[in-house]
Amino acid sequence: MPPKTMYEKVWDQHVVKEMPDGLTVLYIDVHLIHEVTSPQAFEGLRTAGRKLRRPDLTYATMDHNVPTTDRSLPMTDEIARLQVDMLARNCAEFGVPLYDLDSPRNGIVHVIGPELGITQPGRTMVCGDSHTSTHGAFGALAFGIGTSEVEHVMATQCLLQKRSRTFEIRVDGVLCEGVTAKDIILNIIRRTGTAGGTGTVIEYAGSTIRGLSMDERMTICNMSIELGARAGLIAPDDTTFEYLAGREFAPEGEAFDRAVAEWRTLATDDGAEFDERLALKADEIVPQVSWGTNPGMVTDVTGVVPDPARMDSENDRRAAEKALSYMALEPNTSITEIEIDRVFIGSCTNSRLSDLRAAADVIKGRRVSPRVTALVVPGSHAVKRQAEAEGLDRVFLEAGFEWREAGCSMCLGMNPDILQPGERCASTSNRNFEGRQGRNGRTHLVSPAMAAAAAVAGHFVDVRDW
Amino acid sequence: MAEPFTTHTGLAVPLDRINVDTDQIIPKQFLKRIERTGFGQFLFYDWRFTGDGLPARGFVLNEDRYRDATILVTGDNFGCGSSREHAPWALQDYGFRVIIAPSFADIFYNNCFKNGLLPVVLPGDTVRRMLRNAAEQYPYSVSVDLERQVVIEPGGPSDPSGAPEPGGATGPNGSPEPGGPSHRFEVDPFLKHFIQEGLDEIGWTLQFEDDIAAYERTRSTG
Repeated sequence: MPPKTMYEKVWDQHVVKEMPDGLTVLYIDVHLIHEVTSPQAFEGLRTAGRKLRRPDLTYATMDHNVPTTDRSLPMTDEIARLQVDMLARNCAEFGVPLYDLDSPRNGIVHVIGPELGITQPGRTMVCGDSHTSTHGAFGALAFGIGTSEVEHVMATQCLLQKRSRTFEIRVDGVLCEGVTAKDIILNIIRRTGTAGGTGTVIEYAGSTIRGLSMDERMTICNMSIELGARAGLIAPDDTTFEYLAGREFAPEGEAFDRAVAEWRTLATDDGAEFDERLALKADEIVPQVSWGTNPGMVTDVTGVVPDPARMDSENDRRAAEKALSYMALEPNTSITEIEIDRVFIGSCTNSRLSDLRAAADVIKGRRVSPRVTALVVPGSHAVKRQAEAEGLDRVFLEAGFEWREAGCSMCLGMNPDILQPGERCASTSNRNFEGRQGRNGRTHLVSPAMAAAAAVAGHFVDVRDW
Repeated sequence: MAEPFTTHTGLAVPLDRINVDTDQIIPKQFLKRIERTGFGQFLFYDWRFTGDGLPARGFVLNEDRYRDATILVTGDNFGCGSSREHAPWALQDYGFRVIIAPSFADIFYNNCFKNGLLPVVLPGDTVRRMLRNAAEQYPYSVSVDLERQVVIEPGGPSDPSGAPEPGGATGPNGSPEPGGPSHRFEVDPFLKHFIQEGLDEIGWTLQFEDDIAAYERTRSTG
């Protein structure tokens, strides 16, 4: 048997039927759904008179457009409320378990999957959301799909796919104090650009990755889509198994031991070939800050806003000029001189308990700058409960942060949490696209610790000096 | 069911930007709709309209001469970011049938095929020239023949890199006949087949229902 990558192993275990040209009916173990990309898929099933094949493998949550303020009040956005109600009606009609706003299991789809133990090594998982790549942190093959494919999975529990190319990204060495998983992935996208991973499934490997917690691994895999990759994988190991043990949907007792034995076989074999490779040294990475309008436009916190005139390619130069114009930044401005108006700590990238702890460590005993409005949005009800049990809510509130209910919130601004035109935000989310957090809002992507420090200082600071 | 795509001739509009993400194609405030239709009015909303909802001067789709464009020519990595299928829905509903770019983001590329919208990959320098031609020539009407996998530019100034198209293709409704350089493009045979026939992919997969059930039995006993 020739050596195989982890991707090939998981793929091979899910082939229902393969055509001579490589087109494959691929079985999907877990289908996660939410209110925004599912209504048209349910409607498609109804129109065609089809059943949802495996409601028992389908899990629904409400996260994208939900308010993060007092949940006991009715939703004031009528159209959003209709979409949320529609999900509830659809789930009831098709027998899909729903973690609605009142459920203790509710939260961002990519936070609750792992937290409940639904995300497991070796599984195939899909969701109508590009950040489904998050679940790859467990060695699950997980990717985002469009609404037509959501309907396809509902009806067949399968997808029609062809194999992707493979891309190994190795990170070796020890991270400096204050440098986080978010800085690693931003640094990777800075090197590859936002299309550097197109057509590939990434496997993150190396000693630095092995040393990361599950929360940190999820931050890395979450942003695989930002370099264009379908999915990102990390081989499951003891860190993974310890995380999963005792979770609600994880196997128990002997079944868990058997599962672990199987999960251990998933790692890429020695000598397996990848189509592309990239290697980074962890000790060369410093805290990262995005300066432009895509997640590849990133630089060191110790650096300056780049000068488009000094860029080699015509395409890059014009894109950078447009980005700086939108961001209202001058070339060669020190990153630490950039003043901010808003701070958002949250999103499926950075809203887990360890993210909130890292931010709370930075602000403990300090106050948010008078020029800044700062928001913490936990990734799930469970994260919120645990954080409150540890007293993190008090730390944030006393520093002047708002402490909200779980949801996607200002990451994409579908709910009322948006930037006003011209406002500049230090955000722990994943996209700094034009208008992403609100029309003419300006987003800088950073780690939770960097966002917290910026909230206090009113401008970016190197959290290593904090 | 998507409308089948075979050939299309139409006016091309140049959107000369790289990395156009799906948040630009259809901003999030329009994702709350529960229908598949009606998204065209919101296409490129923040670029097309001012904060007051008036047409933004200087945005190419607002130019009168491109009002009837059905082919979008644009830069690398078109459709990156969010998986929202609302992006192809909006492009299609606005009236586009073809997007030509040097490269596309994966999820967007796939989503297009489910909706009768054909994404065509051509080499970077060809697209660069087409962007220029679409800006400078009027009307710049382009033909796309999916069966033969060629894009045919209008006749006129000859193009040294493209092979002249013998006979050209016939444009409908008196639009100028493209008869200029032609460019071959690649497309996956399976995606081509589905969009050509406007096939129901779910129905196609369901022919393997027995295999799916057999697979499920192996999993549940394993």
